[in-house]
Amino acid sequence: MVTQVASPLRSYTDGRATVEAAGATVRELLADLDRRHPGIRFRMIDEQDRIRPHIRLFVGTAPVLDLDRRVAPGERLHLICALSGG
Amino acid sequence: MLRAMKHTIWIGTRKGLFALRSDARRRTWRLAGPQFFGHIVHHVVQDPRDPKTVLVAAKTGHLGPTVFRSSNRGRTWKEASQPPAFRRAQPDETPKAVDIVFWLSAGHAGERGTWYAGSSPAGLFRSEDAGDTWAPVAGFNDHPMLNVWVQGPGTPIGQLLHSVRIDPRDARHLYLGVSSGGVFESTDGGADWRPLNSGCAADFLPDPEQAYGHDPHCVEVHPARPDRLYQQNHCGIYRLDRPGERWLRIGTSMPRRIGDVGFPIVLHPTDPDRAWVFPMDGTSVWPRTSIGGKPAVYHTSNAGKSWRRLDRGLPRSQGWFTVLRQAMCADDREDRLGLYFGTTGGEVWASTDEGGSWRCLASHLPEIFSVTHAR
Repeated sequence: MVTQVASPLRSYTDGRATVEAAGATVRELLADLDRRHPGIRFRMIDEQDRIRPHIRLFVGTAPVLDLDRRVAPGERLHLICALSGG
Repeated sequence: MLRAMKHTIWIGTRKGLFALRSDARRRTWRLAGPQFFGHIVHHVVQDPRDPKTVLVAAKTGHLGPTVFRSSNRGRTWKEASQPPAFRRAQPDETPKAVDIVFWLSAGHAGERGTWYAGSSPAGLFRSEDAGDTWAPVAGFNDHPMLNVWVQGPGTPIGQLLHSVRIDPRDARHLYLGVSSGGVFESTDGGADWRPLNSGCAADFLPDPEQAYGHDPHCVEVHPARPDRLYQQNHCGIYRLDRPGERWLRIGTSMPRRIGDVGFPIVLHPTDPDRAWVFPMDGTSVWPRTSIGGKPAVYHTSNAGKSWRRLDRGLPRSQGWFTVLRQAMCADDREDRLGLYFGTTGGEVWASTDEGGSWRCLASHLPEIFSVTHAR
């Protein structure tokens, strides 16, 4: 599955804006992403398994509220950094 | 040998990491950086046991907190493979997540590779592999009294755990400070803790003799006399001589119009009677800037019995400096000690005559959180 990576996270993906990851749920996708790009998951998901406040995940155009949300083949996961300024 | 080596002043800012590097004479300084451009860098610490190792506590506006490590004096960096994080909460517990890695301390000289980190919300973490992986210190983070000792939001960036100090004689003897909590001591390597705040004022608490809830800004253990501690508190400057248990307010000998409120306190590396503070205005709505717009460092050479103003070279007016708790340091030149501070307005000032005179080394930097010395 193609994963779209926001710019603050591209230091983990060698600068690439899209990377591949495999998994049937968002949780599995993030685990696979972390195997391929170590450290990326913890910058988005905290130690209590919660999406960090300024991170937004989307499958297609649907926001991810539950990491166990299933993803269908062909769907795209978006890792977005929400507004956080100053 | 030491005198011939160059100096580095690491500068952690809201927008990245900078470094001022000088020759051994500290006359010419060159500014380098930024590294980690855009990252919020709260603390930068060189390992005194292994000077090639430097650790950085950082986060960004979006991303979670982490620690970066260098093993070549900051030329290149690697991220910790397991940054500081609380343990997973049980179903009946309130979950906590590290929002900021705020403080870094190298461990005891006899425990090479150990480090401590303090966080917001208040948490203590330990690494045994030079900062690559971190584990929560359960003795503090899960202490049954913690939610009693530390209450309220603390600072605008949360309850901060800072000033982790290790007794150079005993790796198991630890001190730390927590905003809206106080100073705490452990004598068993962090397995258990107790408050150590007797004698400290807490004007915002109803009980003047309350054992906890205080707001230490910076706590130092003197390296040459580790039974002597100094503290810059929200409510004054203090000294504690162990085995005593009650802090003595030495800030009462500061001029009344100046007061004894501030963030940092810096100690002479070998003389336990000498310390420097940077007072700030704590009146009315707590402006937290230089009093009257006239920045000054104050120095004691007699353990706080008296203080002397040091302001030559600093602005005479309209100098509204705020110097945060990690943003002032000394170097290691014992003959003519260097002192350095960074302001939230992005200036770095230095003295190479123990505060007798000051000059500005850098301007127009982002808000400065951390100023530390390295060789």
